[in-house]
Amino acid sequence: MEIVDIVPPELKNNVIVTSVDALFKWGRANSIWPLSSGLACCSIEMMCAAASRFDLSRFGYEVFRSCPRQSDLLIVAGTLTWKMTPPLIRLYEEMPNPKYVIAMGNCNIGGGPFADSYSVVTGLDQIMPVDVYLPGCPPRPEALIDAMLKLKKRIQHPEAAQGSEERMNASREKLADMTRRAE
Amino acid sequence: MAQTEKFVLNMGPQHPSTHGVLQVQVELDGENIIGAKPVMGYLHRGIEKLMESRTYQQCVPFTDRLDYVSAMNNNLGFCMAVEKLAGIEVPERAQYIRTICCELNRIASHHVFIGSLTNDLGSATGMIYAFRDREKILDLFNIICGARMTCHYIRIGGVIADAQDEFIRKTEEFIDYVPQMLDEYDRLFTGNEIFQKRMQGTSVISQEDALRFGMSGPNIRASGIPYDIRKIDKYGVYGDLDFDIPVGRTGDNWDRYMIRIGEIAESAKIIRQCLDRMPDGPFMAKVPKVLKPAKGDVYHRVENTRGELGFYIVSDGTTKPYRVHIHRPSFINLQALDHMCRGMVLADSVTAFATIDPLMGEVDC
Repeated sequence: MEIVDIVPPELKNNVIVTSVDALFKWGRANSIWPLSSGLACCSIEMMCAAASRFDLSRFGYEVFRSCPRQSDLLIVAGTLTWKMTPPLIRLYEEMPNPKYVIAMGNCNIGGGPFADSYSVVTGLDQIMPVDVYLPGCPPRPEALIDAMLKLKKRIQHPEAAQGSEERMNASREKLADMTRRAE
Repeated sequence: MAQTEKFVLNMGPQHPSTHGVLQVQVELDGENIIGAKPVMGYLHRGIEKLMESRTYQQCVPFTDRLDYVSAMNNNLGFCMAVEKLAGIEVPERAQYIRTICCELNRIASHHVFIGSLTNDLGSATGMIYAFRDREKILDLFNIICGARMTCHYIRIGGVIADAQDEFIRKTEEFIDYVPQMLDEYDRLFTGNEIFQKRMQGTSVISQEDALRFGMSGPNIRASGIPYDIRKIDKYGVYGDLDFDIPVGRTGDNWDRYMIRIGEIAESAKIIRQCLDRMPDGPFMAKVPKVLKPAKGDVYHRVENTRGELGFYIVSDGTTKPYRVHIHRPSFINLQALDHMCRGMVLADSVTAFATIDPLMGEVDC
């Protein structure tokens, strides 16, 4: 690498040369602040992941915020109904960029056990772009930690998840369409 | 004369103290509450309707997701109702295993109560301690059925797997640990002066009001009425067991907390007796694979962690129930919220809400 050669040889062990973009990605990926918003059963497992045994703070993700303006990760934990959809979209839109979404539990992937119910949203990607899908009913706390680490990888190396852009753009269009109709 | 204008504040549906997705429209005069109106339905999943299109066996997992922190009790209620409808006799060993699991789950549910109550009162430490002990019970469920929360362990006719020696040994270890655990809670919360000041004398429900609201479970017992389905109906093996019902005196927040602490000790007593008396034998009755109960209807109630949980099932002689109605204790207890909040300051509404201990999965169903 040419860039490394800019550093004089006597400082080689003390100076790291990197791009601003990579530095920001590193910072973002290692200090995610999730929004403490639980919808149903999965929220109890989300609390367990943050509590004593599983201790999410080992990875730097323990700062659960109650306010969407301070957080950058929305963990949609539990069954999403159509009645809850407008408040959830509002929460998502209030979060500052860059923001990430984990669809936790089977209900948010495809409706789960309530797929044929009249009031349940069958799939979170119908209303907002989803970064990581986490299956389980409910997923164990270890699985949530794994999902957060996958999200970290995705933030630091977006090229590893290139195929998902198309799907997320489709969800973004649906979200824009939905908010336009509401106005 | 100075006057303050009435102000309506929306708490929720996204609020850390509403334990899920409930909206409370609090009407305020300054800082005093003059009305609190709960708005529900944010988690309405149509479970009663979905059950109509499932066979009886397929209905059981839905009950796990009703009251998701005490899944075993909900399984028990539905399975006993179907057993009553179809005339299935449950083996004695299965009944003892069921009782052990239900009481363990009652303790686990009260851990969530303690954790969320202390968290709402501003001490995150409380949650850490309660969830630490809850993990011990979830480990036991993990051994016996492989799941942590939504167990689906109690089935129609018995339980799905026998209780292994490892489960029984570890349950005994946990029961031995309970007095030490309660002692720690007493030193941590019960003796805490700030905790006492926040809880004592706030949100009082008198005996008459508790009856008027149709409350059940620890909430009505805190008001001084010893109403417990385990003692009244003596379903399962509860008639043979020796246990007391903790009863409060004033019906304030403090009593509702102390009742739960007392219930943990009583549950431990019940589990100890069950472990001593558990006979050998089959753990599952002979239940036909295609279950077709005769035409008719049945109502069966059990003492859930939050009160009287009843299942009303109408059968039309096919493999699927014609109609299921669920009598949910959280839903009925929640209507006391307005009464409890009136005259209190805004900060107390959070305490009142936490001590009713409703779960949105059960409220909205």
